Amino acid sequence: MPSLRINGAAHDVDADPDMPLLWALRDLLGMTGTKFGCGIGACGACTVHLNGQAVRACITRIGDVGDQEITTIEGLSPDGTHPVQRAWTAHNVPQCGYCQPGQIMQAAALLKQTPKPNDQQITDAMSGNICRCGTYQRIRAAIKDAAGLGA
Amino acid sequence: MIRIENLSRRKILKGLGGVSGLVLGLHVPFRGFPVALAAQTAENEFAPNVYLSIDKSGLVTVFEHRSEMGTGIKTGLPMVLAEELRADWNRIKIVQADADIKYGDQNTDGSRSMRQFYQPFREAGAVARQLLEEAAAHIWKVDPATCHAQDHAVIHQPTGRRLGFGDLVTAAAGLPMPSSDHMELSFEPKSARRYVGKPMPVVDLGNIVRGQAVYGIDIALPGMKHASIERCPVYGGRALSYDAKAALAVPGVERVIELAATPIPSGFNPLGGIAVVASNTWAAQQGRQKLDIKWDYGSNAAYDTAAYRAQLEATAKKPGRVARNQGDVEAALASAGRKIAADYFVPHYAHTPMEPPAAVANITGDRCEVWAPTQNPQAAKPLVAQVLGLDDSQVTLHVTLLGGAFGRKSKPDYVAEAALVSKQVGAPVKVTWTRPDDIKHDYYHTICAQHLEAGLDGDGLTTAWLHRTVFPPIEATFQPDMTYGGAGELQQGFVDMPYDIENVRCENGPAANHVRIGWYRSVFNIPHAFAVCSFADELAVAAGRDPLDYLRELIGKPRHIHLRAMGVDYPNYGASLEQYPIDTGRLLGVLDLVAAKSGWGGKLPPRQGRGIAVHRSFLTYVAVVAQVEVGNDGQVQIHRVDMAADCGVVVNPDRVTAQMEGAAIMAISNALYSNITAKNGQIEQGNFDDYQVARTDITPDTRVYLVDSDAPPAGVGEPGVPPTAPAICNAIFAATGKRIRSLPIDPELLKA
Repeated sequence: MPSLRINGAAHDVDADPDMPLLWALRDLLGMTGTKFGCGIGACGACTVHLNGQAVRACITRIGDVGDQEITTIEGLSPDGTHPVQRAWTAHNVPQCGYCQPGQIMQAAALLKQTPKPNDQQITDAMSGNICRCGTYQRIRAAIKDAAGLGA
Repeated sequence: MIRIENLSRRKILKGLGGVSGLVLGLHVPFRGFPVALAAQTAENEFAPNVYLSIDKSGLVTVFEHRSEMGTGIKTGLPMVLAEELRADWNRIKIVQADADIKYGDQNTDGSRSMRQFYQPFREAGAVARQLLEEAAAHIWKVDPATCHAQDHAVIHQPTGRRLGFGDLVTAAAGLPMPSSDHMELSFEPKSARRYVGKPMPVVDLGNIVRGQAVYGIDIALPGMKHASIERCPVYGGRALSYDAKAALAVPGVERVIELAATPIPSGFNPLGGIAVVASNTWAAQQGRQKLDIKWDYGSNAAYDTAAYRAQLEATAKKPGRVARNQGDVEAALASAGRKIAADYFVPHYAHTPMEPPAAVANITGDRCEVWAPTQNPQAAKPLVAQVLGLDDSQVTLHVTLLGGAFGRKSKPDYVAEAALVSKQVGAPVKVTWTRPDDIKHDYYHTICAQHLEAGLDGDGLTTAWLHRTVFPPIEATFQPDMTYGGAGELQQGFVDMPYDIENVRCENGPAANHVRIGWYRSVFNIPHAFAVCSFADELAVAAGRDPLDYLRELIGKPRHIHLRAMGVDYPNYGASLEQYPIDTGRLLGVLDLVAAKSGWGGKLPPRQGRGIAVHRSFLTYVAVVAQVEVGNDGQVQIHRVDMAADCGVVVNPDRVTAQMEGAAIMAISNALYSNITAKNGQIEQGNFDDYQVARTDITPDTRVYLVDSDAPPAGVGEPGVPPTAPAICNAIFAATGKRIRSLPIDPELLKA
């Protein structure tokens, strides 16, 4: 039975090691902030961090996670005050909001690795995350804001 | 001032014994629903109508009955109510209303929530405020005219005495009925508004950024099972037989159930198929892959979009049913100094909301409780009742947040699926569509071929306009043998062509459908605005004129276009033509605004260009200037999009701006990327790897300008889409001299 370290706590998960992390989070652990969008790693709605790196939970087998630390949107900050979440709020980024946990997790991982990203670095990091409502302009402005680059 | 009938005295008290508190009915001009039927007032609250109640702590609960799919309506309508109530926004709780006819229309489509409910929500707030003022006057034994609500309290002006809304609840609820059978309402003047017209963050913003917002797909009930359904790859087909052994052997899979196929046209009904029920979603999906099903593909098994396109184009070359006719187009074309003709094509699109269709149903005893991300609660509820053989009153439908919708979630087939599976399983069930399910079994945007001809005189003036459109209509999804567009479809950018041309004929040719056709954000305006706004640009080029100048001339003098007087069946999106005329002055207004802001006419480097388009849809006027650069490899970059919108009264400008920004991106998907094709009756795309939509790399610098208007509120969610694609294509022409007449844009055609 795999044991997963999620947002600082250990969770025993009674499931096939082939089960994607996405469904373990959503259906077995009731953590629904991580969203299902495509199932093939093509939309980014399920983005979580594995040891601080952005990964797609829909194509990450729980059997492959091992003792790596998983961070989901619920654990990004205790109270929603991560700089990326604050910037998202200030820019009123979300429309329907469904893809935004994935966008936020992707952006947070980008800024951890590249604290002052240029436009091309933002494009490279965020192109795997689809927003069908079309909030890309505000996402880009919010990332720059969170990076202290102004918007 | 507005007249409010006291329904309490005359009807409601008779009909609903035991109702306490004040119950007032509002005149709702468009539909006349009885607002008052709701007010089943609890002991300690004041609930003057279905949209709000106030408890003794002063907390105002607003019941918002339109679906929140990202437009901000769940925030916008309560802002309108709070304004007239003179409430403190921080002491308002917003509750998403269940499906219930007592709220009036809940079908959240057609960009009409604010149009239809701005006035009812104003009245709801104003009624409550005036009753609270009367209650204070009653307590203080003073003239009600000296009592004024302000910031969640009522103040006695001469003495400064103050009572909070909570302190007035008992008195307001116990007020004797007004002596006359009506009351006069007054509304906040524009200058005094605190909320309406000011940017307001959406109420779910904090939950969204923390991952706490709950969509339909997130609903979980104790003991809930998860279902994934294999549907026939061809519309109208059915399972002949299936072998479930291997599926049932997958750990976690508990049941395999057949859902009967609905004969075509299937309407809102589920398509049928084989459902795999499991303890979690992944197991259900794994089990599904092990199903062995023999299908009868039915009558649409030959559908091939390439061949179908050729048929549509051939039909568009022939005369069709006349939908608008002025002057003598044939004679004018025959005598024109110059004649130009062009054919346009727009393919099927799929909605692909990021939250795929999903719903939860739980049947207990003779009742069914449903949680659904639906745009159309009052269609979903009776459909669930119908498939279960229940009465509507035995179904409760809770509307969740919608993770995008764009028209897909107006059709409640997926909600009925959850109910059907729950009934057979005897447990709560969530049905979750996979992305391939969503893309291969959508209610697609129509597929449309158009043929246009125009004649120009010696001065370059357009004297004749012939426009033919051919597409499978949405009505074909609901009724057999429908091949022509209805008035509600032809009104969308076709018969309402706004140019001042002497000889005009609009014709519609027949087309039979082979997939489910449905509403897709801005609907028939997409192909029609693409053709009309592109062809206007072609006319300008033919006349050797600047496209903006020529467009102004085509539109002509500011006037109201009286289509009905011309014998055109023109529904005007269900709105009155007195309130919402086709006003070319407003069309010119947004055109001039966007031209001034966008730097129209300024010089650009080689292979860059600007394009312009203007279009009225859903009663709103939007003009767009796109600035593009086309690489030598034919790839299109969109540097900038300027959008000017006149949608009448703006309630939440930040959300209106956001809708325009998002519409630009959706139009870019339509123009550059998205394309649904069918072969052997089956949709060839299945996920975001082969069904392309706009991603962040294409994001233009989008600038939105809203006209400050006192006109009645009009559509916001959709009208930004139609003019954007033609503006982009016109810009491509300016950059390259190559005319795009078929979407999505083929970069091969644009190589240097």
